[in-house]
Amino acid sequence: MLVRPKQGILDPQGQAVESSLRQLGFSVASARVGRVVDLEVAADDPDTARLEVERMCEQLLTNPLIESYEIELPGATH
Amino acid sequence: MTSPQPRVGVMRFPGACDDRDALWALAALDAEALFVWHMERELPDLDAIVLPGGFSYGDYLRCGAIARFAPAMQAVADFAAQGGLVLGICNGFQILCEAGLLPGVLRRNESLTFVCRDVPLVVERDDTAFTTRCHNGQRLVIPVKHGEGNWYADDALYEELEARRQVVLRYAEPVNGSRNDVAGVINEGGNVMGLMPHPEHAVDPLLGSADGALLLSSLVDAARERALAAV
Repeated sequence: MLVRPKQGILDPQGQAVESSLRQLGFSVASARVGRVVDLEVAADDPDTARLEVERMCEQLLTNPLIESYEIELPGATH
Repeated sequence: MTSPQPRVGVMRFPGACDDRDALWALAALDAEALFVWHMERELPDLDAIVLPGGFSYGDYLRCGAIARFAPAMQAVADFAAQGGLVLGICNGFQILCEAGLLPGVLRRNESLTFVCRDVPLVVERDDTAFTTRCHNGQRLVIPVKHGEGNWYADDALYEELEARRQVVLRYAEPVNGSRNDVAGVINEGGNVMGLMPHPEHAVDPLLGSADGALLLSSLVDAARERALAAV
C-alpha cells in the first residue's frame, strides 16, 4: 500500500527533495514524499484482502488527518 | 493534615528518555511520583498521569503511532474518560494525538531539522488544571527538543478548537511551523493536555528557567484537589 501526504497538506520533505532536484538542474514542478508498505496477507480472495488492508490503514498505517492511501493488489502468489 | 501528596504516574515506554526527569520534577514539586510500565493493563491508584518525552518504539511509522496501542494506553484512555488528569509532553503529546485523546497531529518540523533550544511561550488560558499558576498573556521560557513538533489541524478543526478555546500555549516566535504557533492544546473536557515544550526540564533556575514548574505545579495542585475530594 502507498501512503501519501494528503492534497493541500504541506510536505516539507517533498519541498526539500524538490529544491535539491532543481539544484541538480532537473526541471520538476513538484515533489511529494510518501511511503510504501509491502504486506503479505493470507486471504481467500482479493476483495477480502483489500478490506483487511483498509482496516490496517485506518487503525495504524495512516493518519487520516494528513495522509491518504492507495492499495495495490498484485494478485495471489501461490 | 491539609495537603496530602497526590499520586502522579509517569508512563514508561521503551524508548522514552524524559521519564526520570519527569519523575524527579514531580517529586520536587511535592507529588508522590511513580513509574507506570507500558505493559500494565490497569493503572495503579493515581490522581494524574504524565506521558513523558522520548522516542517510544523508535518513532517508527509515525511518532506515537505504535505507543498508542500499548496495553497501558487503553487504561489511560479509560482514566481520561473518567475525568482523570493526563499530561502529554513532547512524545507524550504525539501519542495522545495519535490516540485521538487530543486534537490534531504532530508533523515533521517545517525546517526538517531537530530544534533544541529554550523558546518563549505565551499562556492563552490560565483557567485549566495545567495552568492555574500562570496568568493569561504571561510569557514562559521552556526548552523544546524535537524533530516532529509541527502541530497541524485542518481549517474546520482549527476553527472549532479556537471557538472552544482549546489552545492553551502558543510559541511567541516561529519554532517548528506549527499552525498558528500552537505549542499546547487541551481536550474538550479540560482534563487532557499535551505540549511540545518540556516543563520537566525547567523546574530549577539552575537549569536556566523555572517556568516549567508553573505548569507542573498547577497539575500537582489539581491532582491534590482530586485526592482531597476523593477522601
